[in-house]
Amino acid sequence: MQGAIVEDRGEEARLPCRNIGTGFDPPHGEHPPLTSILSPTGRGGERKKRGVSLMRPITRVQSRTAILADENIDTDRIIPARFLTTTTRDGLGRLCFHDWRYQADGSDNPEFPLNRSQASGCAILVAGRNFGCGSSREHAPWALLDYGIQAVLCSEIADIFRNNALKNGLLAIMVSEAEHRWLLDHPGVELSIDVRGEYIVLPDGGRISFALEPFARHCLLNGIDQLGYLLQHADAITHYEQQADHFQQEQAA
Amino acid sequence: MSAKTLFEKVWNAHVVAAESADTPAVLYVDLHLVHEVTSPQAFSELRQRGLPLRRPDRMLATLDHSTPTLPAGADGVRPYANDQAQAQVSMLESNCREFGVELHGWDSAARGIVHVIGPELGATQPGMTIVCGDSHTSTHGAFGALAFGIGTTEVGHVMATQCLLQRKPRTLAIHVDGKLPAGVGAKDLILHIIGQIGVDGGTGHVIEYRGAAIEALSMEERMTVCNMSIEAGARAGMIAPDETTFAWLKGRPQAPQGEAWDAAVTRWRGLHSDAGASFDREVRIDASRVTPTVTYGTHPGMAIAMDAPVPAARNAQERRALDYMKSEVGKPMQGTRIDVVFVGSCTNSRLSDLREAASVLRGRTVASWVRMLVVPGSEAVRREAEREGLHEVFTAAGAEWRVPGCSMCIAMNGDLAQPGQLVVSTSNRNFEGRQGKGARTVLASPATAAASALAGHIADPREYLVEVAA
Repeated sequence: MQGAIVEDRGEEARLPCRNIGTGFDPPHGEHPPLTSILSPTGRGGERKKRGVSLMRPITRVQSRTAILADENIDTDRIIPARFLTTTTRDGLGRLCFHDWRYQADGSDNPEFPLNRSQASGCAILVAGRNFGCGSSREHAPWALLDYGIQAVLCSEIADIFRNNALKNGLLAIMVSEAEHRWLLDHPGVELSIDVRGEYIVLPDGGRISFALEPFARHCLLNGIDQLGYLLQHADAITHYEQQADHFQQEQAA
Repeated sequence: MSAKTLFEKVWNAHVVAAESADTPAVLYVDLHLVHEVTSPQAFSELRQRGLPLRRPDRMLATLDHSTPTLPAGADGVRPYANDQAQAQVSMLESNCREFGVELHGWDSAARGIVHVIGPELGATQPGMTIVCGDSHTSTHGAFGALAFGIGTTEVGHVMATQCLLQRKPRTLAIHVDGKLPAGVGAKDLILHIIGQIGVDGGTGHVIEYRGAAIEALSMEERMTVCNMSIEAGARAGMIAPDETTFAWLKGRPQAPQGEAWDAAVTRWRGLHSDAGASFDREVRIDASRVTPTVTYGTHPGMAIAMDAPVPAARNAQERRALDYMKSEVGKPMQGTRIDVVFVGSCTNSRLSDLREAASVLRGRTVASWVRMLVVPGSEAVRREAEREGLHEVFTAAGAEWRVPGCSMCIAMNGDLAQPGQLVVSTSNRNFEGRQGKGARTVLASPATAAASALAGHIADPREYLVEVAA
């Protein structure tokens, strides 16, 4: 079963933001079919380039799970620093988990859980507690996405990694410790993550609920670019800057 | 007026649009620090969208991560690790030219590690919001700034709008009571704290370090403490500014001058948590119980006194960490044979750190099997260290004296350890492979690093300091 992202443009923008377009994002309807862009076509970074647009709505991710049970998987393990000399965000999938995934001769390390056949095509990663700790490198979610991971489920995810992931359409989802334990103990289960409803459907129809930061969720569902939203505040930012003594006044209060 | 924490005061003063249930706050950024690794994709994004930088005057850029720490050859060619590293540096140079950003590049007398030069220039000031595409931005919290690391998408947000979308984090007060014993420093303290609260003990929080032991620290020591806040999962760590802070900042190039200085200090005196302000969590640490502390595993939370026995693994991940490190349960880290010593990084590459290492090394020789690298944090630190003759202490002891950069902390410039080698490092991360594939890292203070270099195994610096005093 291949992972798949289901396109949905149904939800009306409920929040005071819109896809304003700044000359970069193509208008709706001109995106290539999502299945050709976002579904994993195998490991190794041979997948088609995602490009840099954050404009594709994500409403659901459906896949079997793969497990990396280690706690505190840091961003140096996700992508070692020596590969950060890149100046683009593309093609990092082949470097994802590099020093764990490959043996010294460059062949696949059979001990690396994601190299096992059962993990092939899995787009949902269940990882040990505190995934993504360490550096702020956004290369970590870029590498995971390019590798074929579309969602990370964990009882705790490091702050900067989680922020970076959600801005790139990688679902970084925190579940309770008990649910996390269950997921770790049941590798390969088929899950369907519903972003709108904020729940994960289990094979038996049971559900795990989760909470995404509401704005991040809204942006995922509607393909809204957060920079576009920020740019709408230009007048307020100008007004703020014009208050020469902005923080002094507040501190004196 | 209700009592506020230091964090709340700085946060509140920077809210452009308040947060709601549906939307995060729009938070204004006073200072945006930039380096070559996490900025190129953000500059590209702006270029593609046809967006200008909103406030290039609030940006400060430097070259530090991918830069070689060996000087240029006679032909002027710098020994980059590879073409891609050189191309990345060239790209920041051209981006800064194109977008009009002040760059402390190769020709600048102020170039250095971004978290060293911000304070040195006086660009880092109390009450500011400071961000950088770098998790150790927390360093600047030592001045009572709210400073945290961001990803490259957010780097683009700040470039285009000078703002970030942020949810208000929770607050964690770490009270450090008592007094650090002689020969025990800020690095020992922060490793001890992370060992106590855990590698995720600060997740979702901004830490405020407070108490007598914190107030007694120098600015350099405060920076060392705040620098490693992220290693406990906290994005930011803060210390209320005081006379130590003001004395350190006064007269620096970008600090306010004259009447503006006096006005600034008056304002800054208000930057402290009010009596009765409440924190979401509080932790107490007794400074008098801290001893020279090192790590024994593969994250900074696996830290213990160097003479304490390595504890048994509590789970598979810790077992893996102990295997990787070849740390023996029940035996102390002290006495473990080492291969490499690194003194440097945004945690411990300031003048006081180099003086501390030099005070242990002076007149002595590094063990024959140990390679020791000393990398100053900035050109200013290098100049001052050379003026004091510290470089001669290092080279006479057998250490290598390099030009400034991140160097072996992140090991992306070619300065790295070989597989299996044990490195005693004054840096901030002991992750697997952080200092080179298969390299094993023990985090320690500059004094411990120097003592270990002399002994050839992990050693207590107090033994050497006592000899000097005798």
